[in-house]
Amino acid sequence: MENAQKSIRTDEMIKKIPVRLLKNKLYKGLFFFAAVFTFVLLVVLLARIFSQGAAHLSWDFLQNFASRRPEQAGIKAAVIGTLWMMAVVVPVSLLLGVGTAIYLEEYAKQNRITRLIQMNISNLAGVPSVVFGLLGLTIFVRVLFLGNSVLAAGLTMSLLILPVIIVASQEAVRAVPKELREASYGLGATKWQTILRVVLPSALAGILTGSILAFSRAIGETAPLVVIGIPAFVAFLPKSVFDPFTALPMQIYNWTSRPQEEFHFLAAAGIIVLLVILILMNSVAVWIRNRYEKKY
Amino acid sequence: MKTNDKQNSPLKSLLEKKYKSGFLGRGEKVIPILLFLMAAVSVMTTAGIVITLIVETFTFFKEISLTEFLTAKEWYPFSESAASYGILPLFVGTLKITLIASLTAVPIGLAVAIYLSEYAPETVRKLMKPVLEVLAGVPTIVYGFFALTFVTPMLRTMFPSLEMFNAISPGIVVGMMIIPMIVSLSEDALSSVPDSMRHGALALGATKWEMTWRVAFPAALSGITASIVLAISRAIGETMIVSIAGGSTPTASLDLTASLQTMTSYIVQVSTGDAGFGTTIYYSIYAVGFTLFLFTLAMNMLAQRISRRFREEY
Repeated sequence: MENAQKSIRTDEMIKKIPVRLLKNKLYKGLFFFAAVFTFVLLVVLLARIFSQGAAHLSWDFLQNFASRRPEQAGIKAAVIGTLWMMAVVVPVSLLLGVGTAIYLEEYAKQNRITRLIQMNISNLAGVPSVVFGLLGLTIFVRVLFLGNSVLAAGLTMSLLILPVIIVASQEAVRAVPKELREASYGLGATKWQTILRVVLPSALAGILTGSILAFSRAIGETAPLVVIGIPAFVAFLPKSVFDPFTALPMQIYNWTSRPQEEFHFLAAAGIIVLLVILILMNSVAVWIRNRYEKKY
Repeated sequence: MKTNDKQNSPLKSLLEKKYKSGFLGRGEKVIPILLFLMAAVSVMTTAGIVITLIVETFTFFKEISLTEFLTAKEWYPFSESAASYGILPLFVGTLKITLIASLTAVPIGLAVAIYLSEYAPETVRKLMKPVLEVLAGVPTIVYGFFALTFVTPMLRTMFPSLEMFNAISPGIVVGMMIIPMIVSLSEDALSSVPDSMRHGALALGATKWEMTWRVAFPAALSGITASIVLAISRAIGETMIVSIAGGSTPTASLDLTASLQTMTSYIVQVSTGDAGFGTTIYYSIYAVGFTLFLFTLAMNMLAQRISRRFREEY
C-alpha cells in the first residue's frame, strides 16, 4: 500500500491532464467530422443526380419508349416492366417468407433440421446478388424455359429478397406476446385459427414494414437482371408474365454505359424516377410502422 | 354452467359438424406440412445455387484444366487463337477494389459508429439515422452512376494521369456503399456494452476518449470485427459499381490508376455480350461465380464465428 502510493507521482499526473483533455477534444472533433462527412456525401450524391436529371424529367420522358435519339427517349417500358416484375415478386416472396417465418416460430421443433434452415437463411442473405443471377439463368431461363420473361426475373428476385422477408417476419411474429395466443386457445381456437386470426393480424405491421424495405431492394437490384439477360432496349409492354420486358435499373444501366453525355442525363432522370419510387415506398413503411405497430 | 346448456348449444353442433366433415382436423394437419415445404424453399435455393455452380463449373473444367484456372497468369477468354483462363487477374482486380473500399469505409464507419454511440446528442442521432438508412437503401446502380460521372471526373482533375476507368473511383464508392453497414452493426455492438463499465472507467478518472478506446471499444471488438468482415464480403460481391466505373481489362498489375476487371464485372461483361449458350466463355462465368461464392461464404461464416466465439456476455 505504501509502495503504491509512492509510485503515483501527482505532479506528473497533473502535468499530463491538459494533453489528455486536448486528445479527448481532438478525437471528439474527428468523430463528429466523420458523421458530417457521411451526411455531406449523401447530400452531394442526391444534389448531383437531381441537378443532372431534373431538366430531362418531363411528361414525354415518362410516356415515351426507349429511343436511339436521346431527346425522344423515355422510360415507359421500364416503369411498367418494373411494375410487372413486382406483381410476381410481391405475392411469391410474401407467401414464402411469411410461411417460412410462421413455420419456424410457431411449428418447428428445436432440432437439427430447424437449425439447418435457420443457418441456411442467414448464409443465403450474404450470397452476392450476381450469384442469384446465375441461379436464375440456369434454373428459370434454361431449365424451365422461361427465357428473359417477367416470370423468370420475378422468381429470381423473390428468392433474392426471401431471407430479408423471413427474418423481418420472424421478428414480428416473435414480438406477439404469448398471452394473446393463450387467450385464443382458451376460447377453444385451434392452432391454425390462432395463427390466422390472432398472431398474423398483430404481426402484420411489422411484417409489412420489413417486406416493403425488401421490395425496394428488389426494385433497385440490377446485377441479377443483367445476368438473366433482361434486354435494355424494349419498345413494347409485356402482355403476360411470360413476355420479355425491361426494368428501371436495366434502362438506367444501359444509358449509363453509353459514352455520349446526353444519355448520362437520361440516366440521371431515370434515377430520379427510381429514387422517387423508393422514397415513396419507404415513407409508406415508416407510416405503417408509426401508425399500426403495436407495442406490448 | 350446467352441462346441459353446452350440449344443446347450436355452436357446438356446428363445430361437431365441421369436425366430422374433417375440415378443421385435416387443416390442422396439412398446414404445418405446407408451411414446412415453404421453409424448405430457402434450403432448396441454397442447394440450387450450389448444384448449379458445381455442375456448370464441372463442364467448364472439362475444357479448361483446374491447374490452368488456378496458375495461369492471364485471363484472355475472348482471344480466338490463344484463349487463357487464369483467375489471378480477376482475383487481383477484386482485391484492389476491396482494399480501397475497406480503407475508405472502415475508418469513417467506425468513427461514425463511435460518435453515434458515445458522443452524439439525441438530436444528431435522430438526424443521422435516416441519413444512414437512405445511404444503405440507394441502389448500387445509382452509386455506379455517381462513381462514373462525378467521382472519376473529380479525381481526374486532381490527378490527370488517372484513366477514365480505374480502381480508385469505384473502390471509394464501394466504400461509401458499405459505410452504413459498418456503422449500424458496430453501433449495435458498442451500445450492447453495459453502461456500468463506462461509469467505472469514468469514475477512475479516464477521459471520454480513454474510456471509449480502452473500455468500450475492446468490449465491443467481436461485434465490430464481424461487421467489418461482413462489409468486406459485401464489397467482394459488389457488381454494378465496378462494372460501370472499373472498366473491363483483366490485369494482374497492382496499378490502381488503370482499367481493371473484377470477378463480378467479368460475369456482367459476358452476360451483356453475345457469348452463346454452351461455349467455354458461357461456362466460365459459373467457374468465376463459384469462386466468388466460396469467398463470400467463407467471409460470412468467419463473421458468424467471430461474433459467436468472442461474444462477451454481460
